[in-house]
Amino acid sequence: MNELLEFISNNLELIYILILAIFIGVELIKNVPSVLHTPLMSGANALSGVVIVGAITVMLQSDPNNYLALGLGFVAVVLGTLNVVGGFAVTDRMLQMFKKKK
Amino acid sequence: MSITLSIIYLIATVTFVIGLKLLGHPETAKKGNLIAAIGMVLAIIGAVLIPEKKLPNGEIVHIVVPLTNYVLIGAAILVGTILGWIIAMKVAMTKMPELVSLFNGFGGGSALLIGIIEYSKNVGVEDSAKVSSAITTTILSAIIIGSITFTGSMVAWAKLNGSMKDLRLPKYNLINNVLFLALIAFAAYIVLMNSDSLLLIYVLLIASLIYGYLFVAPIGGADMPVVISLLNSLTGIAAAITGILYGNMVMLVGGILVGSAGLILTFVMCKAMNRSLSGVIFGAFGGDAVTGAITGGKSGGTIKKTTASDSAILLNYASKVVIVPGYGLAVAQAQHVIHELEQVLTEKGVDVSYAIHPVAGRMPGHMNVLLAESNVDYDKLIEMDNINPQFPNTDVVLVVGANDVVNPAAHNDPSSPIYGMPILDVENAKHIIVNKRTMNAGYAGIQNELFFNTKTSMLFGDAKSALTELVNELKNM
Repeated sequence: MNELLEFISNNLELIYILILAIFIGVELIKNVPSVLHTPLMSGANALSGVVIVGAITVMLQSDPNNYLALGLGFVAVVLGTLNVVGGFAVTDRMLQMFKKKK
Repeated sequence: MSITLSIIYLIATVTFVIGLKLLGHPETAKKGNLIAAIGMVLAIIGAVLIPEKKLPNGEIVHIVVPLTNYVLIGAAILVGTILGWIIAMKVAMTKMPELVSLFNGFGGGSALLIGIIEYSKNVGVEDSAKVSSAITTTILSAIIIGSITFTGSMVAWAKLNGSMKDLRLPKYNLINNVLFLALIAFAAYIVLMNSDSLLLIYVLLIASLIYGYLFVAPIGGADMPVVISLLNSLTGIAAAITGILYGNMVMLVGGILVGSAGLILTFVMCKAMNRSLSGVIFGAFGGDAVTGAITGGKSGGTIKKTTASDSAILLNYASKVVIVPGYGLAVAQAQHVIHELEQVLTEKGVDVSYAIHPVAGRMPGHMNVLLAESNVDYDKLIEMDNINPQFPNTDVVLVVGANDVVNPAAHNDPSSPIYGMPILDVENAKHIIVNKRTMNAGYAGIQNELFFNTKTSMLFGDAKSALTELVNELKNM
């Protein structure tokens, strides 16, 4: 319990940001018309690829002789990049279709 | 964190918020996507070029990274970029739900690998140097949520592309809930024991992977929009948790934004299908509605068959026509023909619009993308709440490949599994033409009394050939 309180007091800013971010997310998405739900979802999907930053951090910190960490980190970076590049690219392709009619 | 890197992450975070905001409007969506993408590239470059490490005392030091690590990171990014680009350019729009599921899985997989590596760093070090139990909790959460997202998404992907059927173990709700509680209890045990055993982590990993599989496996095809939204949300939460682990704001905010976006879409989908979120999370869904083959609904009465030429006459003399497309349209690859039909009718002075139910297709908004791909103007795509009041003034409704979303049982049959689900009130129109391949019931397995309505005529046949015939008839008039 003490450790939990300590964690909260040490990471108070983090917790503020966490809660405010939830509200921002809700406000941003709440009124999106259903015509855009699929691009929105695949765009958000690309954003969740931000986990790649963590994967890169892991690899930067790994000992070059720690093959397990490097191997898993490699896979994590590949998966994260796929998520980011594929996600943004396919969203762009989709939105292109919405655009050309005007 | 060095000030340069902090500023880079700050900029990236802001681009995410602005990008998502712009993604919410048809005119600015493309720009929004681009802005978020630029922010992401910036964050990745920053992470690679400014290597830092947080010491246990909280101090942040610049670290020297061995060349091997850099080569591997570069190679991984290159491989991911090429593959990601190829997949994104080649995928058919009907396959978008599969693609989003796959990418959801990748995000989750990435988070679970990070969790395992971070945990393994803790193995074999003396107690005083161990990370706090708060951090261990974070690591375990990343592993659990990442794993559930990973296998859950892979199952969703396999189901969507038809390579996996629904699997329902007896008492699957009970099994799933017990397994879930056991997972939490086991994770709590690892934290409380301050364990550093890799074996325990592998057990936790495997149990989480199995749970992810069992979680999605029983869910029926019609519920896929809910599942995909939920998995999307979970990927975001997994990313946010790893962000907490590194005290990294861009990961935290980016992940949370995705998490709340996915959760809202989950709510929207639940509402559109009249399901509760607790029913979704604790496995009650997909179950009840599909138990019987054809149950409920009035199947009595006679149906009225029609031909393409009769339908064409009806459409030709209408002044307002509403098309209700369902996933059957996409399965038959008839999106382009329907657009052609719309154009022919518009040239004849008929007012044509499309009524889009929120769950038309296999993911939120899917039908809009499919129609946009065949050049249908998005102004003609009308959402359910806006089109419903227009049906009484509509001369002809053409239902193509849709069933449950136009079933009046949702309004007037309390015994129906879909009772209470918001539907398109097509029965208020003057004439209804339903194109279907056969009289088989829809996904929910319920008979549709709309088909027996005296105002309804049934145009049987494959959507593509039936519509092509219809277009030809109209052109000859």
